[in-house]
Amino acid sequence: MNDLHTELKKSIIDQLNLEDMDVSDIENDEPLFGDGLGLDSIDALELIVLLEKDYGIKLEDPNQGKEIFNSINSMVDFIEKNRTK
Amino acid sequence: MNKKYYIKDYVILRQGRLIRNGEVLLEAGNPELKDFLRKIYKSFGMRYPKFFKMDDLSRLGFLAAEILFDQEKPEADTALIFANSSSCLETDKAYSKTMSGFPSPSLFVYTLPNIVLGEISIRHGLRSENLFLVQDRFEPTTMIDYSHSLLNKAKASNVLCGWVDLHNTDYDVFLWQIAASGRLEHNEEELNKIYLPE
Amino acid sequence: MNLNFLLGDSIISPLGFGTQLNLEAIRQGETALQSHTNLSYQKDSFYAGIIDNDLLDEAFSRIGNLRAYTKLEKMMLLSIHQVLEDFPYLDLERTGLVIATTKANIDELGKGRFSEDRLMLWKLGEVVAKFFGFQDKPMIVSNACVSGALALKLGNDLIQSGRFDHVMVAGGDLVSEFVLSGFNSFQAISPEPCRPFSNDRQGISLGEAAAAMLIGPKTGKGETRIGYIDAVTANDANHISGPSRTGEGLYSSISRLLKANKVKPSEIDFLSAHGTATAYNDEMESIAFNRAGLQDIPVNSLKGYYGHSLGASALIESIITRHNMLNNELFASRNFTDLGVSRPLNIIQQHRSSELNLALKTASGFGGCNLAMFLKKVQDE
Repeated sequence: MNDLHTELKKSIIDQLNLEDMDVSDIENDEPLFGDGLGLDSIDALELIVLLEKDYGIKLEDPNQGKEIFNSINSMVDFIEKNRTK
Repeated sequence: MNKKYYIKDYVILRQGRLIRNGEVLLEAGNPELKDFLRKIYKSFGMRYPKFFKMDDLSRLGFLAAEILFDQEKPEADTALIFANSSSCLETDKAYSKTMSGFPSPSLFVYTLPNIVLGEISIRHGLRSENLFLVQDRFEPTTMIDYSHSLLNKAKASNVLCGWVDLHNTDYDVFLWQIAASGRLEHNEEELNKIYLPE
Repeated sequence: MNLNFLLGDSIISPLGFGTQLNLEAIRQGETALQSHTNLSYQKDSFYAGIIDNDLLDEAFSRIGNLRAYTKLEKMMLLSIHQVLEDFPYLDLERTGLVIATTKANIDELGKGRFSEDRLMLWKLGEVVAKFFGFQDKPMIVSNACVSGALALKLGNDLIQSGRFDHVMVAGGDLVSEFVLSGFNSFQAISPEPCRPFSNDRQGISLGEAAAAMLIGPKTGKGETRIGYIDAVTANDANHISGPSRTGEGLYSSISRLLKANKVKPSEIDFLSAHGTATAYNDEMESIAFNRAGLQDIPVNSLKGYYGHSLGASALIESIITRHNMLNNELFASRNFTDLGVSRPLNIIQQHRSSELNLALKTASGFGGCNLAMFLKKVQDE
C-alpha cells in the first residue's frame, strides 16, 4: 500500500462522514458502493468533488464515476494517471 | 367532524436534556450540540451509520423520533407533520460557504427543511402523508387542524407532529404522537403546557 | 363536506405578468428558458427562466415601494395583488394565507441589503400579510418541489375544518446562485433547455416564478368551475435525493387518491406530470404512472416552458390545468423529442382541443415526497 491509498482513505472517511471507520477498515479492493462500504449516490457526487478539489481532475462525464469509484485501487489508478496537482 | 384526539407520547430535546413523557432520560449539562447528539446516539445503543451523514437539523428530528418509537414501532401510515422557525438556515449557511470553491452536494441536499421527514420515513418505512411548515414561533394551531383533518379523512391512522428548530447553536425539539384515546386532549392548551412548563 | 373551488389565479413569470399572458405565451409556443452567462459563479452559460428586473420593477412600482422589497417579494406581491383585484369584497379577516416556497429570499444571504430576519421563511409571510392586511398569521409550506400543490391541500383542509372562509395560496422561488450551484453539484443541470421524458434529456433547467390562487366555496350562479376534489401525499421511504426506482411513493399517492375517490384510471382526461427531465425522475414517473394504469392518459410536463420553479411549480401547473379544463385544451409537452423512459406514456405532442372533466396533477421532490391531486370540472345546474 502506498501513501496515496492511505491519503485517499483518510479523505474519504473525512469527506463522507464515515464515523467510527478507520483507514484499516477499508480494503483496497473492496467495493465502495453496494454491499461494500455502502456508499450512495450523494457520496458518489461528493467523490467527484473530492477528485476535483484534491487532485485537479474534473470528470466530464459523471457516468465515468461508476468504474473509477469501484474500489480504492481503481480510484488510485485513475488519480495517478490523471492528476494535475 | 369534531372528533376528539389525544396526545399519546412526547419527547423534548432542549438545553442538554432529553425528556420523554415528562421523565428526564438524559441530562448532559450544556454540551455542544454535536456532542449532545452523539451522546444520545451512543447511550441508546443506536447503530445507523447514515446518522453521521445527516445535518444537525435532521439528526435532532431523527433522534427524537428514535426515542419516541423506541418501545413501539410506528404504523406505516403514520403521517409526519413538522414545523420550525429557522427552516434549515444553518445548513444553508454551511453550504453557501462551499459555493465559491467546490459546492458540496452532501450539504446542498440538506438545504430543504423537509429532508428530516425523509430521514424518519426511511428509517421507519413510513410511506405516509408529509407536511413541513415554517412559522415564527411554536404555535400548534395549524398542525392540530391539519392532523385532525388527515385523521378524519382517513388519510392517516396516526400522526407524529414535531417542532424541530435549530438556529445558531440553539436547538428546540418537541415531538408528539396523536392517538384516538388517552389522558391529555390534543389541543393548543395542553400542547403549550407540555412545550413550556411553568 | 363542502367542495372548494379554484376561484381566481395569477402567474408572474418570464412568460408574462398575469395568467392570461402566460396562457397566450404557451399557446404561441414561447419559452421562459434563455441562455444566461451573467451569474458570477457559473463559468459556462446555462439555460434558465429569469424574470427581468426592470420589467418587474416597472410593474411593481404601481403597487409598492421598490426599495422596500426583495425580488421574490415583489413577484409574490404582484401575483396576489392581481388575484385580489378580481375579488374586491373578499373579507381578509376570514381569508387565510398559505405560502409555498423552498428557499424564499435565499439570494439575499450574505448581501446585507435587508435585515437578517428577511432570510427567514416566516418573514416572507409576514411581509406579504402586512402588505395586503391579511389578519391571520400566514402559514409557510416548505416541502421541496411538492410545496405548491401541498399548500392548496392545506388551504382546502383549513377551509373545510372551519378555520377560514377562503384561502389565498401563493408560491414562489428564484433562480439563485445558491440553487443553481447546488443542482450543478448534483450534475443535474441540462446544458440545453430541459427535455422532459425525452430520450435526449440531460437534466433540469431552473426557472423563477411566483403564483397565487384563491380557493373557497362557489360564488355566483350558472358558471363552470374547477373544483378541488382531493389530494394525497406519500413518502418514498427510500432515499433523500434519489427517486424510488419503483416509483413507490408516487404510485402510492396516486393509487390512494384513486381509491379514496372511487375513480378508475380511464375516467381521467389529463395528467399534469412533474417531469423535471432528470434521468431518474422521469423514469420513476413513467414506472409509477404505468403501475397506476395511467399509460394512455394524455400527459405533459410544463418544465420546457418555465423551467423548474421549485416551490411554485406545482401551483403554476395547477393553475394552467385549471384553465386547460375551462378552455378544454391540452398543451404540448415542450421540447419533447422521442420517448426516453422505459414504460409507455401518452405524451401530448401538439396543442389540441379536448373535453376535460377530470385532471390529475402530480409532483415529487427531495426528501422522498410525492403528491397526487384531483381537479374536476363542475357545471352549475
